[in-house]
Amino acid sequence: MSELRPGLPRWLLVPAAVAVLFLAVPLLALVVRQPWAEIPGLLGSAAARDALWLSLRTCTLSMLLSVALGLPLALVLSRLTGHWAVLVRTLSMLPMVLPPVVAGFLLLITLGRRGLLGTQLSHWGVEIGFTTAAVVIAQTFVSMPFFVVAVEGALRTLDPAYEAVAATLGASPWVMLRRVTLPTVAPAVLSGATMAFARSLGEFGATLTFAGSMQGTTRTMPLEIYLQRESDPDLALALSLVLIVLAAVLMVLPALLLRRRA
Amino acid sequence: MIPTMRASVMIRVLVLVVGLVPSLAACSSSGKDAKSPAITVFAAASLKSAFEEIAKDHDGTVTFNFDGSQNLVSGLENGARADVLATADQITMKKAAEKQLVVPPSVFATNTLVLVTPRGNPGKVTGLDSSLDGKKLVICAEGVPCGNGTARLAQNLGVTLKPVSEEQKVTDVLGKVTSGEADAGIVYATDAKSAGDKVDVVKISGADKVVNWYPIAPTASAKDRQAAEKFVVLVLSDKGRQVLEKYGFETP
Repeated sequence: MSELRPGLPRWLLVPAAVAVLFLAVPLLALVVRQPWAEIPGLLGSAAARDALWLSLRTCTLSMLLSVALGLPLALVLSRLTGHWAVLVRTLSMLPMVLPPVVAGFLLLITLGRRGLLGTQLSHWGVEIGFTTAAVVIAQTFVSMPFFVVAVEGALRTLDPAYEAVAATLGASPWVMLRRVTLPTVAPAVLSGATMAFARSLGEFGATLTFAGSMQGTTRTMPLEIYLQRESDPDLALALSLVLIVLAAVLMVLPALLLRRRA
Repeated sequence: MIPTMRASVMIRVLVLVVGLVPSLAACSSSGKDAKSPAITVFAAASLKSAFEEIAKDHDGTVTFNFDGSQNLVSGLENGARADVLATADQITMKKAAEKQLVVPPSVFATNTLVLVTPRGNPGKVTGLDSSLDGKKLVICAEGVPCGNGTARLAQNLGVTLKPVSEEQKVTDVLGKVTSGEADAGIVYATDAKSAGDKVDVVKISGADKVVNWYPIAPTASAKDRQAAEKFVVLVLSDKGRQVLEKYGFETP
Protein backbone atom coordinates (compact mmCIF):
# COMPACT_ATOMS: atom_id res chain seq x y z
CA MET A 1 0.00 0.00 0.00
CA SER A 2 2.28 2.76 1.20
CA GLU A 3 6.04 2.85 1.21
CA LEU A 4 8.86 5.29 1.86
CA ARG A 5 10.85 6.31 -1.18
CA PRO A 6 14.59 5.90 -0.50
CA GLY A 7 17.01 8.82 -0.51
CA LEU A 8 16.65 10.21 3.01
CA PRO A 9 19.06 9.89 5.93
CA ARG A 10 17.39 7.29 8.14
CA TRP A 11 17.79 9.31 11.34
CA LEU A 12 15.32 11.87 9.97
CA LEU A 13 12.60 9.36 10.78
CA VAL A 14 13.08 10.06 14.48
CA PRO A 15 12.24 13.80 14.50
CA ALA A 16 9.55 13.12 11.91
CA ALA A 17 7.98 10.58 14.26
CA VAL A 18 8.22 13.08 17.13
CA ALA A 19 6.41 15.63 14.96
CA VAL A 20 3.61 13.16 14.22
CA LEU A 21 3.26 12.27 17.90
CA PHE A 22 3.24 15.94 18.87
CA LEU A 23 0.26 16.48 16.58
CA ALA A 24 -1.47 13.16 17.22
CA VAL A 25 -1.32 12.75 21.00
CA PRO A 26 -3.79 15.59 21.74
CA LEU A 27 -6.22 13.91 19.34
CA LEU A 28 -5.64 10.63 21.15
CA ALA A 29 -6.41 12.39 24.43
CA LEU A 30 -9.71 13.56 22.96
CA VAL A 31 -10.55 9.97 22.02
CA VAL A 32 -9.53 8.60 25.42
CA ARG A 33 -11.43 11.23 27.41
CA GLN A 34 -14.51 10.99 25.20
CA PRO A 35 -17.68 9.97 27.11
CA TRP A 36 -18.53 7.43 24.40
CA ALA A 37 -21.64 5.99 26.04
CA GLU A 38 -23.25 9.40 26.44
CA ILE A 39 -22.42 10.78 23.02
CA PRO A 40 -25.82 10.10 21.39
CA GLY A 41 -27.61 11.82 24.26
CA LEU A 42 -25.18 14.73 24.35
CA LEU A 43 -25.26 15.36 20.61
CA GLY A 44 -29.04 14.95 20.57
CA SER A 45 -29.46 17.98 22.83
CA ALA A 46 -31.07 21.04 21.24
CA ALA A 47 -27.99 23.16 21.92
CA ALA A 48 -25.70 20.71 20.12
CA ARG A 49 -28.01 20.21 17.15
CA ASP A 50 -28.56 23.95 16.75
CA ALA A 51 -24.82 24.61 16.84
CA LEU A 52 -24.02 21.90 14.30
CA TRP A 53 -26.78 22.92 11.92
CA LEU A 54 -25.86 26.61 12.19
CA SER A 55 -22.20 25.83 11.50
CA LEU A 56 -23.02 23.77 8.42
CA ARG A 57 -25.33 26.44 7.03
CA THR A 58 -23.04 29.39 7.62
CA CYS A 59 -19.93 27.57 6.40
CA THR A 60 -21.67 26.58 3.16
CA LEU A 61 -22.75 30.16 2.57
CA SER A 62 -19.34 31.59 3.37
CA MET A 63 -17.71 29.04 1.09
CA LEU A 64 -19.99 30.04 -1.80
CA LEU A 65 -19.21 33.70 -1.13
CA SER A 66 -15.49 32.94 -1.04
CA VAL A 67 -15.73 31.26 -4.45
CA ALA A 68 -17.96 33.91 -6.00
CA LEU A 69 -15.69 36.77 -4.94
CA GLY A 70 -12.38 34.96 -4.57
CA LEU A 71 -12.26 33.34 -8.01
CA PRO A 72 -12.38 36.66 -9.92
CA LEU A 73 -9.82 38.07 -7.48
CA ALA A 74 -7.48 35.13 -8.01
CA LEU A 75 -7.82 35.43 -11.80
CA VAL A 76 -6.99 39.13 -11.74
CA LEU A 77 -4.16 38.68 -9.23
CA SER A 78 -2.52 35.97 -11.29
CA ARG A 79 -2.18 38.38 -14.22
CA LEU A 80 -1.31 41.49 -12.25
CA THR A 81 2.31 42.63 -11.96
CA GLY A 82 4.16 45.51 -10.31
CA HIS A 83 3.30 47.58 -7.28
CA TRP A 84 -0.42 47.04 -7.59
CA ALA A 85 0.04 43.29 -7.49
CA VAL A 86 2.03 43.56 -4.26
CA LEU A 87 -0.51 45.90 -2.70
CA VAL A 88 -3.61 43.92 -3.67
CA ARG A 89 -2.03 40.60 -2.74
CA THR A 90 -0.92 41.85 0.66
CA LEU A 91 -4.35 43.31 1.36
CA SER A 92 -6.18 40.17 0.37
CA MET A 93 -3.89 37.83 2.29
CA LEU A 94 -3.78 39.88 5.47
CA PRO A 95 -6.81 38.27 7.19
CA MET A 96 -4.91 34.96 7.09
CA VAL A 97 -2.37 36.20 9.61
CA LEU A 98 -4.59 38.55 11.61
CA PRO A 99 -5.53 37.33 15.07
CA PRO A 100 -9.25 36.43 14.74
CA VAL A 101 -10.16 38.87 17.50
CA VAL A 102 -8.60 41.66 15.47
CA ALA A 103 -10.55 40.53 12.40
CA GLY A 104 -13.75 40.70 14.43
CA PHE A 105 -12.82 44.10 15.78
CA LEU A 106 -12.17 45.41 12.27
CA LEU A 107 -15.56 44.16 11.12
CA LEU A 108 -17.17 45.76 14.16
CA ILE A 109 -15.71 49.20 13.45
CA THR A 110 -16.67 48.83 9.79
CA LEU A 111 -20.12 47.23 9.82
CA GLY A 112 -21.12 47.72 13.46
CA ARG A 113 -23.85 50.20 14.33
CA ARG A 114 -21.29 52.94 14.83
CA GLY A 115 -18.92 51.62 12.19
CA LEU A 116 -17.57 53.29 9.07
CA LEU A 117 -20.32 51.83 6.87
CA GLY A 118 -22.58 50.55 9.62
CA THR A 119 -23.76 54.00 10.71
CA GLN A 120 -25.31 54.61 7.28
CA LEU A 121 -26.63 51.04 7.05
CA SER A 122 -28.24 51.42 10.46
CA HIS A 123 -29.82 54.64 9.24
CA TRP A 124 -31.43 52.62 6.46
CA GLY A 125 -32.62 50.09 8.99
CA VAL A 126 -30.00 47.43 8.22
CA GLU A 127 -28.19 46.19 11.32
CA ILE A 128 -25.80 43.30 10.90
CA GLY A 129 -24.55 42.74 14.44
CA PHE A 130 -26.05 39.75 16.32
CA THR A 131 -27.43 38.19 13.10
CA THR A 132 -26.54 35.01 11.22
CA ALA A 133 -25.39 37.27 8.37
CA ALA A 134 -22.71 38.63 10.71
CA VAL A 135 -21.43 35.07 11.23
CA VAL A 136 -21.24 34.47 7.47
CA ILE A 137 -19.44 37.79 6.94
CA ALA A 138 -16.92 37.03 9.69
CA GLN A 139 -16.29 33.54 8.26
CA THR A 140 -15.89 34.82 4.71
CA PHE A 141 -13.50 37.56 5.85
CA VAL A 142 -11.12 35.06 7.43
CA SER A 143 -11.52 32.16 4.97
CA MET A 144 -11.60 33.77 1.51
CA PRO A 145 -7.82 34.42 1.53
CA PHE A 146 -7.23 30.66 1.83
CA PHE A 147 -9.28 30.10 -1.32
CA VAL A 148 -7.53 32.92 -3.20
CA VAL A 149 -4.07 31.64 -2.29
CA ALA A 150 -4.88 28.10 -3.44
CA VAL A 151 -6.38 29.15 -6.77
CA GLU A 152 -3.90 31.89 -7.58
CA GLY A 153 -1.03 29.48 -6.97
CA ALA A 154 -2.51 27.05 -9.48
CA LEU A 155 -3.18 29.81 -12.01
CA ARG A 156 0.42 31.02 -11.86
CA THR A 157 1.81 27.58 -12.67
CA LEU A 158 -0.54 27.28 -15.64
CA ASP A 159 1.30 26.79 -18.93
CA PRO A 160 0.64 29.98 -20.97
CA ALA A 161 1.01 27.92 -24.15
CA TYR A 162 -2.54 26.55 -23.82
CA GLU A 163 -4.02 30.01 -23.74
CA ALA A 164 -1.78 31.18 -26.56
CA VAL A 165 -2.98 28.34 -28.73
CA ALA A 166 -6.59 29.03 -27.83
CA ALA A 167 -6.07 32.70 -28.72
CA THR A 168 -4.57 31.87 -32.11
CA LEU A 169 -7.61 29.70 -32.74
CA GLY A 170 -9.70 32.83 -32.26
CA ALA A 171 -11.14 32.13 -28.83
CA SER A 172 -12.46 35.21 -27.00
CA PRO A 173 -11.21 35.83 -23.42
CA TRP A 174 -14.51 34.52 -22.06
CA VAL A 175 -14.37 31.32 -24.08
CA MET A 176 -10.70 30.90 -23.12
CA LEU A 177 -11.56 31.29 -19.44
CA ARG A 178 -14.44 28.87 -19.63
CA ARG A 179 -12.93 26.21 -21.86
CA VAL A 180 -9.23 26.34 -20.98
CA THR A 181 -8.31 28.17 -17.78
CA LEU A 182 -11.07 27.14 -15.40
CA PRO A 183 -11.10 23.43 -16.25
CA THR A 184 -7.34 23.28 -15.67
CA VAL A 185 -7.52 24.90 -12.24
CA ALA A 186 -10.69 23.07 -11.21
CA PRO A 187 -8.82 20.83 -8.72
CA ALA A 188 -7.35 23.90 -7.03
CA VAL A 189 -10.81 25.53 -6.91
CA LEU A 190 -12.18 22.43 -5.24
CA SER A 191 -9.42 22.12 -2.66
CA GLY A 192 -9.44 25.88 -2.05
CA ALA A 193 -13.19 25.81 -1.45
CA THR A 194 -12.97 22.95 1.04
CA MET A 195 -10.09 24.68 2.78
CA ALA A 196 -12.21 27.83 3.08
CA PHE A 197 -15.10 25.73 4.45
CA ALA A 198 -12.83 24.09 7.01
CA ARG A 199 -11.39 27.43 8.07
CA SER A 200 -14.92 28.83 8.51
CA LEU A 201 -15.88 25.80 10.57
CA GLY A 202 -13.17 26.67 13.09
CA GLU A 203 -13.86 30.42 13.07
CA PHE A 204 -14.25 31.64 16.62
CA GLY A 205 -12.75 35.00 17.52
CA ALA A 206 -14.22 37.13 14.77
CA THR A 207 -17.66 35.59 15.29
CA LEU A 208 -17.57 36.13 19.04
CA THR A 209 -16.42 39.74 18.70
CA PHE A 210 -18.63 40.75 15.79
CA ALA A 211 -21.71 38.51 15.86
CA GLY A 212 -22.20 37.61 19.52
CA SER A 213 -23.33 34.26 20.85
CA MET A 214 -26.96 33.16 20.70
CA GLN A 215 -28.22 29.61 20.30
CA GLY A 216 -29.53 28.98 16.80
CA THR A 217 -28.59 32.42 15.47
CA THR A 218 -24.91 33.07 16.05
CA ARG A 219 -23.62 30.35 18.37
CA THR A 220 -21.66 28.10 16.00
CA MET A 221 -19.88 24.90 17.05
CA PRO A 222 -16.67 26.54 18.32
CA LEU A 223 -18.66 29.05 20.39
CA GLU A 224 -20.84 26.28 21.82
CA ILE A 225 -17.72 24.29 22.73
CA TYR A 226 -16.19 27.33 24.43
CA LEU A 227 -19.36 27.89 26.43
CA GLN A 228 -19.90 24.25 27.42
CA ARG A 229 -16.28 23.91 28.52
CA GLU A 230 -17.34 25.68 31.71
CA SER A 231 -20.73 24.13 32.35
CA ASP A 232 -20.76 20.74 30.57
CA PRO A 233 -17.23 19.58 29.67
CA ASP A 234 -18.55 16.25 28.33
CA LEU A 235 -20.66 18.01 25.73
CA ALA A 236 -17.65 20.15 24.84
CA LEU A 237 -15.60 16.98 24.27
CA ALA A 238 -18.28 15.36 22.13
CA LEU A 239 -18.72 18.48 20.00
CA SER A 240 -14.94 18.78 19.59
CA LEU A 241 -14.87 15.26 18.24
CA VAL A 242 -17.59 16.07 15.70
CA LEU A 243 -15.74 19.20 14.63
CA ILE A 244 -12.47 17.33 14.15
CA VAL A 245 -14.08 14.48 12.20
CA LEU A 246 -15.82 17.01 9.94
CA ALA A 247 -12.57 18.89 9.33
CA ALA A 248 -10.68 15.66 8.60
CA VAL A 249 -13.32 14.54 6.09
CA LEU A 250 -13.13 17.95 4.39
CA MET A 251 -9.38 17.66 4.05
CA VAL A 252 -9.49 14.19 2.52
CA LEU A 253 -12.52 14.85 0.31
CA PRO A 254 -10.87 16.79 -2.56
CA ALA A 255 -8.11 14.21 -2.91
CA LEU A 256 -10.66 11.38 -3.07
CA LEU A 257 -12.89 13.17 -5.59
CA LEU A 258 -9.95 14.07 -7.81
CA ARG A 259 -8.49 10.59 -7.74
CA ARG A 260 -11.79 9.17 -8.91
CA ARG A 261 -11.87 11.73 -11.73
CA ALA A 262 -8.33 10.86 -12.77
CA MET B 1 30.99 35.62 14.91
CA ILE B 2 27.74 37.38 15.63
CA PRO B 3 26.13 34.45 17.44
CA THR B 4 29.12 34.06 19.75
CA MET B 5 29.09 37.77 20.50
CA ARG B 6 25.41 37.59 21.31
CA ALA B 7 26.02 34.61 23.53
CA SER B 8 28.74 36.39 25.45
CA VAL B 9 26.52 39.45 25.92
CA MET B 10 23.76 37.21 27.15
CA ILE B 11 26.05 35.53 29.61
CA ARG B 12 27.16 38.90 30.93
CA VAL B 13 23.54 39.99 31.36
CA LEU B 14 22.77 36.74 33.10
CA VAL B 15 25.69 37.18 35.48
CA LEU B 16 24.51 40.69 36.21
CA VAL B 17 20.96 39.56 36.91
CA VAL B 18 22.03 36.62 39.03
CA GLY B 19 24.37 38.90 40.94
CA LEU B 20 21.66 41.48 41.47
CA VAL B 21 18.93 39.22 42.75
CA PRO B 22 20.43 38.45 46.16
CA SER B 23 21.39 42.09 46.72
CA LEU B 24 17.88 43.23 45.77
CA ALA B 25 16.38 40.67 48.09
CA ALA B 26 18.70 41.84 50.82
CA CYS B 27 17.60 45.42 50.20
CA SER B 28 13.90 44.72 50.49
CA SER B 29 14.31 42.55 53.56
CA SER B 30 16.49 45.04 55.38
CA GLY B 31 14.07 47.84 54.47
CA LYS B 32 10.80 46.14 55.31
CA ASP B 33 11.55 43.26 57.60
CA ALA B 34 11.69 45.55 60.58
CA LYS B 35 7.96 46.22 60.14
CA SER B 36 6.33 43.22 58.51
CA PRO B 37 7.48 40.38 56.28
CA ALA B 38 6.52 40.24 52.61
CA ILE B 39 3.24 38.44 51.90
CA THR B 40 1.67 36.94 48.82
CA VAL B 41 -2.03 37.55 48.15
CA PHE B 42 -4.11 35.43 45.76
CA ALA B 43 -7.11 37.51 44.72
CA ALA B 44 -9.95 37.38 42.19
CA ALA B 45 -9.23 39.29 38.98
CA SER B 46 -12.04 41.79 39.63
CA LEU B 47 -10.26 42.95 42.79
CA LYS B 48 -7.09 44.09 41.01
CA SER B 49 -7.46 47.88 41.09
CA ALA B 50 -8.97 48.00 44.57
CA PHE B 51 -6.44 45.65 46.18
CA GLU B 52 -3.44 47.33 44.61
CA GLU B 53 -4.59 50.60 46.11
CA ILE B 54 -5.31 49.06 49.52
CA ALA B 55 -1.87 47.41 49.58
CA LYS B 56 -0.21 50.84 49.59
CA ASP B 57 -1.33 51.15 53.22
CA HIS B 58 0.07 47.78 54.23
CA ASP B 59 3.43 48.00 55.98
CA GLY B 60 5.34 45.33 54.20
CA THR B 61 5.63 44.18 50.63
CA VAL B 62 2.53 42.63 49.09
CA THR B 63 2.90 40.45 46.02
CA PHE B 64 -0.32 39.79 44.14
CA ASN B 65 -1.56 37.03 41.92
CA PHE B 66 -4.84 38.07 40.28
CA ASP B 67 -6.72 35.32 38.49
CA GLY B 68 -10.11 33.62 38.26
CA SER B 69 -11.17 32.39 41.70
CA GLN B 70 -11.35 28.79 40.55
CA ASN B 71 -7.78 28.93 39.20
CA LEU B 72 -6.51 30.43 42.45
CA VAL B 73 -8.02 27.66 44.53
CA SER B 74 -6.68 24.90 42.30
CA GLY B 75 -3.28 26.60 42.46
CA LEU B 76 -3.33 26.46 46.25
CA GLU B 77 -4.48 22.89 46.09
CA ASN B 78 -1.49 22.03 43.93
CA GLY B 79 0.96 23.58 46.34
CA ALA B 80 1.23 27.20 45.23
CA ARG B 81 2.37 29.38 48.14
CA ALA B 82 0.18 32.23 49.30
CA ASP B 83 -0.60 33.93 52.60
CA VAL B 84 -4.03 35.34 51.81
CA LEU B 85 -6.86 34.21 49.53
CA ALA B 86 -9.71 36.45 48.35
CA THR B 87 -12.29 35.01 45.95
CA ALA B 88 -15.17 36.49 43.95
CA ASP B 89 -17.79 34.11 45.31
CA GLN B 90 -18.45 31.93 48.30
CA ILE B 91 -18.62 28.70 46.34
CA THR B 92 -14.93 28.70 45.50
CA MET B 93 -13.94 29.85 49.01
CA LYS B 94 -16.02 27.02 50.43
CA LYS B 95 -14.08 24.56 48.29
CA ALA B 96 -10.83 25.95 49.68
CA ALA B 97 -12.17 25.72 53.25
CA GLU B 98 -13.32 22.13 52.76
CA LYS B 99 -9.81 21.18 51.69
CA GLN B 100 -8.45 23.01 54.73
CA LEU B 101 -6.43 25.40 52.60
CA VAL B 102 -7.70 28.46 54.47
CA VAL B 103 -8.78 29.47 57.96
CA PRO B 104 -12.42 30.63 58.40
CA PRO B 105 -13.07 33.51 55.97
CA SER B 106 -14.89 36.84 56.35
CA VAL B 107 -16.97 38.57 53.69
CA PHE B 108 -15.46 41.97 52.88
CA ALA B 109 -17.36 43.13 49.80
CA THR B 110 -20.37 42.47 47.63
CA ASN B 111 -21.03 43.05 43.98
CA THR B 112 -24.46 43.38 42.38
CA LEU B 113 -25.77 43.36 38.84
CA VAL B 114 -26.70 46.57 37.05
CA LEU B 115 -28.10 47.44 33.66
CA VAL B 116 -25.75 49.51 31.51
CA THR B 117 -26.44 51.34 28.26
CA PRO B 118 -24.11 53.13 25.87
CA ARG B 119 -23.44 56.73 26.93
CA GLY B 120 -26.54 58.85 26.49
CA ASN B 121 -28.79 55.77 26.52
CA PRO B 122 -29.69 55.95 22.80
CA GLY B 123 -32.19 53.08 23.18
CA LYS B 124 -34.00 54.92 26.01
CA VAL B 125 -33.93 51.86 28.24
CA THR B 126 -35.42 52.40 31.71
CA GLY B 127 -34.98 48.97 33.27
CA LEU B 128 -35.86 45.31 32.81
CA ASP B 129 -39.26 46.29 31.48
CA SER B 130 -41.15 47.01 28.26
CA SER B 131 -38.58 49.67 27.37
CA LEU B 132 -36.44 46.73 26.23
CA ASP B 133 -38.97 45.60 23.60
CA GLY B 134 -37.31 45.64 20.19
CA LYS B 135 -34.03 46.74 21.74
CA LYS B 136 -30.78 44.79 21.75
CA LEU B 137 -30.03 43.36 25.17
CA VAL B 138 -26.83 41.42 25.83
CA ILE B 139 -26.36 39.26 28.95
CA CYS B 140 -24.01 36.57 30.26
CA ALA B 141 -24.82 32.97 29.30
CA GLU B 142 -26.21 30.65 31.93
CA GLY B 143 -23.50 28.39 33.30
CA VAL B 144 -21.00 31.19 33.89
CA PRO B 145 -21.27 33.02 37.24
CA CYS B 146 -22.61 36.36 35.95
CA GLY B 147 -25.13 34.52 33.77
CA ASN B 148 -26.36 32.44 36.71
CA GLY B 149 -26.87 35.67 38.64
CA THR B 150 -28.74 37.23 35.72
CA ALA B 151 -31.02 34.21 35.42
CA ARG B 152 -31.75 34.30 39.15
CA LEU B 153 -32.50 38.02 38.97
CA ALA B 154 -34.89 37.59 36.04
CA GLN B 155 -36.63 34.77 37.89
CA ASN B 156 -36.97 36.88 41.06
CA LEU B 157 -38.48 39.72 39.06
CA GLY B 158 -40.72 37.38 37.09
CA VAL B 159 -39.51 38.74 33.76
CA THR B 160 -38.41 36.87 30.65
CA LEU B 161 -35.33 38.41 29.09
CA LYS B 162 -35.00 38.30 25.30
CA PRO B 163 -31.31 38.92 24.70
CA VAL B 164 -29.73 39.08 21.23
CA SER B 165 -26.57 37.55 22.62
CA GLU B 166 -25.48 35.52 25.65
CA GLU B 167 -21.77 36.09 26.19
CA GLN B 168 -19.30 33.90 28.04
CA LYS B 169 -17.62 36.73 29.89
CA VAL B 170 -18.98 39.78 31.59
CA THR B 171 -16.28 41.84 29.87
CA ASP B 172 -17.66 40.73 26.49
CA VAL B 173 -21.09 42.01 27.52
CA LEU B 174 -19.53 45.31 28.52
CA GLY B 175 -17.67 45.49 25.20
CA LYS B 176 -20.88 45.08 23.20
CA VAL B 177 -22.42 47.96 25.16
CA THR B 178 -19.46 50.37 25.09
CA SER B 179 -19.13 49.85 21.33
CA GLY B 180 -22.79 50.80 20.93
CA GLU B 181 -23.68 47.48 19.26
CA ALA B 182 -26.13 46.67 22.04
CA ASP B 183 -28.71 48.99 23.58
CA ALA B 184 -28.27 47.51 27.03
CA GLY B 185 -26.34 44.86 28.93
CA ILE B 186 -26.37 43.31 32.40
CA VAL B 187 -22.98 43.49 34.13
CA TYR B 188 -21.58 43.80 37.64
CA ALA B 189 -21.57 47.19 39.31
CA THR B 190 -17.76 47.11 39.37
CA ASP B 191 -17.59 46.56 35.60
CA ALA B 192 -19.94 49.48 35.08
CA LYS B 193 -17.71 51.59 37.30
CA SER B 194 -14.58 50.59 35.39
CA ALA B 195 -16.21 51.61 32.10
CA GLY B 196 -16.55 55.13 33.52
CA ASP B 197 -18.49 57.57 31.34
CA LYS B 198 -18.58 55.17 28.39
CA VAL B 199 -21.78 53.74 29.84
CA ASP B 200 -24.87 54.95 31.66
CA VAL B 201 -26.02 52.87 34.61
CA VAL B 202 -29.66 51.98 35.12
CA LYS B 203 -30.35 50.49 38.55
CA ILE B 204 -32.39 47.30 38.54
CA SER B 205 -34.87 47.15 41.40
CA GLY B 206 -34.43 43.84 43.18
CA ALA B 207 -30.81 43.50 42.06
CA ASP B 208 -29.72 43.89 45.68
CA LYS B 209 -31.27 40.47 46.36
CA VAL B 210 -28.89 38.76 43.95
CA VAL B 211 -25.53 39.39 45.50
CA ASN B 212 -22.03 38.11 44.87
CA TRP B 213 -20.17 37.83 48.15
CA TYR B 214 -16.41 38.27 48.25
CA PRO B 215 -14.75 36.39 51.13
CA ILE B 216 -11.13 36.76 52.28
CA ALA B 217 -9.04 34.52 54.56
CA PRO B 218 -5.43 33.88 55.57
CA THR B 219 -4.29 30.56 54.14
CA ALA B 220 -3.53 27.60 56.35
CA SER B 221 -0.01 27.52 54.93
CA ALA B 222 0.73 31.22 55.57
CA LYS B 223 4.38 31.66 56.53
CA ASP B 224 3.56 34.45 58.93
CA ARG B 225 -0.05 34.26 60.04
CA GLN B 226 0.19 37.63 61.79
CA ALA B 227 1.26 39.48 58.64
CA ALA B 228 -1.49 37.74 56.66
CA GLU B 229 -4.11 38.65 59.25
CA LYS B 230 -2.85 42.24 59.24
CA PHE B 231 -3.65 42.48 55.53
CA VAL B 232 -7.09 40.92 56.03
CA VAL B 233 -7.84 43.43 58.80
CA LEU B 234 -6.71 46.26 56.51
CA VAL B 235 -9.13 45.12 53.79
CA LEU B 236 -11.95 44.96 56.32
CA SER B 237 -11.07 48.37 57.83
CA ASP B 238 -12.84 51.65 57.05
CA LYS B 239 -9.96 52.62 54.83
CA GLY B 240 -10.26 49.35 52.92
CA ARG B 241 -14.00 49.80 52.56
CA GLN B 242 -13.58 53.28 51.16
CA VAL B 243 -11.26 52.02 48.45
CA LEU B 244 -13.54 49.08 47.59
CA GLU B 245 -16.54 51.38 47.33
CA LYS B 246 -14.57 53.70 45.11
CA TYR B 247 -14.27 50.82 42.62
CA GLY B 248 -17.96 49.97 42.68
CA PHE B 249 -18.11 47.28 45.38
CA GLU B 250 -20.53 47.48 48.24
CA THR B 251 -19.30 46.62 51.70
CA PRO B 252 -21.16 44.77 54.44
